[in-house]
Amino acid sequence: MADYLRQMPHQGSADLARRPSAVSRFHIDIPLLLLLLALTAYGLIVLYSGSGKDMGAVIRQGRYFLLAYFIMFIVAQLSMGQIMRWAPWLYVAALGTLVAVMLVGVGAKGAQRWLSLGGFRFQPSEIMKLILPVTVAWYLADRTLPPRFLHIMVALILIGLPAALILQQPDLGTALLIAASGLFVLFIAGMGWRYIFGAVVLAVASAWPAWMFVLKDYQKQRILTMLDPESDKLGAGWNIIQSKTAIGSGGWDGKGWMKGTQSHLDFLPESHTDFIIAVMSEEFGLRGVLVLMAIYLLILLRGFLIGVRAQSSFGRMMAGSLTLTFFVYIFVNMGMVAGLLPVVGVPLPLVSAGGTSVVTLMAGFGILMAISTEKSTGPR
Amino acid sequence: MPNHIQLKDSHRETRINNARTITAVLLVMGLLGVILARYYALQVTEYEVYRTESERNRVQLQPLPPKRGLIYDRNGELLADNRPSFMLSIVREQVPDLDATLAELGEMLPISEGDLANFQKKLQRRRPYEAVPLRFRLTGKERALLAVNRYRLPGVVVDAQLLRYYPHGELFSHAIGYVGRINEEEVLYLDESDYRGTFHVGKVGVEKYYEDILHGDVGYQNVETNAHGRVLRVLERFDPKPGTDLVLHLDINVQRAAVDALGDRRGAVVAIDPLTGGVLALVSTPGFDTNLFVNGISSVDYSALRDSLDVPLFNRAIQGQYPPGSTIKPFMSMAGLESGLVTTETTVPDPGWYSLPGDSRKYRDWILRIRGTGHAPRVDMKMAIAESCDVYFYDLARRLTIDRMYDYLKPFGLGERTGIDTTNEGRGVLPSTRWKRDAMGQAWYPGETISAGIGQGYMLTSPMQLAVATSVMASKGVRRTPRLLYSIDGEPIAAPLLDPIVVPEEYWAAVYEGMVEVVHGKRGTAKALAKGIEYQMAGKTGTAQVIGIAQGAVYNEEDVAERHRHHGLFIAFAPAEAPTIAVAIIVENGGGSSAASPIARAVIDTWLFGHSGFGDSG
Repeated sequence: MADYLRQMPHQGSADLARRPSAVSRFHIDIPLLLLLLALTAYGLIVLYSGSGKDMGAVIRQGRYFLLAYFIMFIVAQLSMGQIMRWAPWLYVAALGTLVAVMLVGVGAKGAQRWLSLGGFRFQPSEIMKLILPVTVAWYLADRTLPPRFLHIMVALILIGLPAALILQQPDLGTALLIAASGLFVLFIAGMGWRYIFGAVVLAVASAWPAWMFVLKDYQKQRILTMLDPESDKLGAGWNIIQSKTAIGSGGWDGKGWMKGTQSHLDFLPESHTDFIIAVMSEEFGLRGVLVLMAIYLLILLRGFLIGVRAQSSFGRMMAGSLTLTFFVYIFVNMGMVAGLLPVVGVPLPLVSAGGTSVVTLMAGFGILMAISTEKSTGPR
Repeated sequence: MPNHIQLKDSHRETRINNARTITAVLLVMGLLGVILARYYALQVTEYEVYRTESERNRVQLQPLPPKRGLIYDRNGELLADNRPSFMLSIVREQVPDLDATLAELGEMLPISEGDLANFQKKLQRRRPYEAVPLRFRLTGKERALLAVNRYRLPGVVVDAQLLRYYPHGELFSHAIGYVGRINEEEVLYLDESDYRGTFHVGKVGVEKYYEDILHGDVGYQNVETNAHGRVLRVLERFDPKPGTDLVLHLDINVQRAAVDALGDRRGAVVAIDPLTGGVLALVSTPGFDTNLFVNGISSVDYSALRDSLDVPLFNRAIQGQYPPGSTIKPFMSMAGLESGLVTTETTVPDPGWYSLPGDSRKYRDWILRIRGTGHAPRVDMKMAIAESCDVYFYDLARRLTIDRMYDYLKPFGLGERTGIDTTNEGRGVLPSTRWKRDAMGQAWYPGETISAGIGQGYMLTSPMQLAVATSVMASKGVRRTPRLLYSIDGEPIAAPLLDPIVVPEEYWAAVYEGMVEVVHGKRGTAKALAKGIEYQMAGKTGTAQVIGIAQGAVYNEEDVAERHRHHGLFIAFAPAEAPTIAVAIIVENGGGSSAASPIARAVIDTWLFGHSGFGDSG
């Protein structure tokens, strides 16, 4: 049945309606690519300042981007059929690596997140960020939409397994992000509102037992610190006080590139990674933040548009989920740095320094491009 | 899949997906709006708050304490210097756990209770990120220890600071005083901003009297610091205005001659230049090492000084109150001449004792005990001064009466503060009927006038007052407020002039004649001083009876005996024909004036010739 619905992509030359172009041949979504390039450039400029004028950090990040763009191009070449065929196997394999992490993983800062393979370290939870929504979408694509209760339950199990494993590492932030990416698939699939509201009510109701029994002390501390950073000015509250000060002191115009005192005088922690938005806010002001948000908004809208235009419900669910997940990154990061949300280790997507998240995110955009170009190359 | 009953309706699914996607778009826009609102609130609405906060983070206002003015003697000899000293301070904001850090520091180096108490007090009053001093005068070893452990002690800073140093320690202890750490009472009256960054203030003596001049004006700098408190650059700087250097009239050679001549005896020497009113020497022995006080004296050292029978902290030269004894006689003579009651020709019969008309009580002359008779059948003024005849002055005093005595002696500065530019000056007593009524509520008895005539009884003077009176005598009535300060910035500061004593020249000559005879006469009471002398010295010996024992303390027998001996006094000026120095000396329990007079010779010789060989051969 899936095969029946799926429009197998043809070679560009077979498309009679359009002039074959290099772009369509390589499955590139030009608006998305341009937006990503703009974001990359903006991010690197801020990173240079945020890293303390460390050209080495910028070059290193640039290399990650080269790799990430390359991976994006590769992924963009995949067809929906290929992705769907591989999805369950990739899911099982990724789940296996998460178990492996639990057993033989490498720790850092008290959390076991890394798997070391012949000198190459990687974080299986990052791969899961892509594989889980693909798997859930694969599962639901074969069912009638909106999904029935049974299918929702199966999907929740698919989501719950990796989320639980990652929560064990422990990595609350990633676990929530991964769970969200799966839930977004269910959302786009049309899961009934009564389930959604039910889940929200359940979540609120479980807040107290979660506080009492599930959350670890340091996690509780983060929430308390967010609510009242002044309570521990020099300890946990320091980061949030300093990042708010950095943002606020930027004002409308900003202090100017590389003139942010909060970041350059070391008041701002993690100024090149999770807190880089504070550097941008301080140096480029609200204007700079608006530019960033505009780019993000355009990327999000492009992602949703790709979803709306997608040929298959698989594509629509994937595009919706990937775009929403991308948004969650933005929301959580910008929210936590501005003191709206507790501090969880979520980078500002495609701006914060770091290789893994850039590669994962760009691979996600590769899938989006695959979805996008599937339509433009396939007959209606 | 074949076993699926329901057919997938692709249009319906597209509709569902798209409806949800549109919901998602709205959701995303809404949440982005929340974020935007938050950034708008921080960056626009509360901009001023955070801008101020970030400036406070970045910019620290650091006080730049001024360099304290140096103190020199008249020869350019440095008496009070500033030397770099290392101190340990703590920046509270950078210390994660203050108690732990203090405990750790306590294991590394000695930190006294006092240090801790001072530190805690200052901690309450500091500005954000201001380093609060904990320990001063770190040794090289302590500094090394701190340097090694620096990484473990965030917020602990070692700074160099200029600290007062007195190169001559004990020699000038009572002449210039000392600085010490600012204490709680001083905090109340010192200008807070002017003393920010300064930890010391003049406590006594010249250091206190000229505090305003010596201190200078505090400077400030705005510095940019990073989160670790490291100063990255100076944004703005207002240099401190260093304190002014003072040159004093004091002469280290004269001062040293006096101290050496006093040796280990308790006493005081004051030397004044009658031409300027400048104080050439101000000595009180025993002295103490003023450097001990600069950084807070240890309680052991302090109790030793405080409890010593010799009361080294007591400045005998200006706080000390002694009966002037016979040193009052030249001034009495002047009173006699001025009043017209006596002339140089007037003679008084001297059987060795004196009695008031109608009173059987005998007032003895000191010579009676030695010779069994008086100085001569009749004694004139010259002889009365030279041989210190009591009977002559008993008679003069009676005729003058106490209140006229008061009127004539007062212009010499007796019984009132001289107004010298230092602290803690004692007042002394020049008795009068009124004084006795006010102070004791009693009437004056005629017999008391008799003992007042030879400087006993109620009369009390400080060595400084005696020196000033001698100086007035030496300058023939020119009265100046004595001054330690000679010049500021090379500008000599003249001692304030007071109303002079104007009397005929021959009066001075008459008194001088007697005083010269004291030293140079065959029967002068200080004729031993004339040995090998190359100039004319005018002097007067004195002996003061010790009435009680200071502070009513209990001493052992031996001490009591020693401490009951008379105080020896001597005043002098020289050269008699054109005096350039006037001195007053007291040696406590010296037994008599012979303990004091050789010191005058040593001091005057040194002033006139730069050295003194007097007394070397025995």
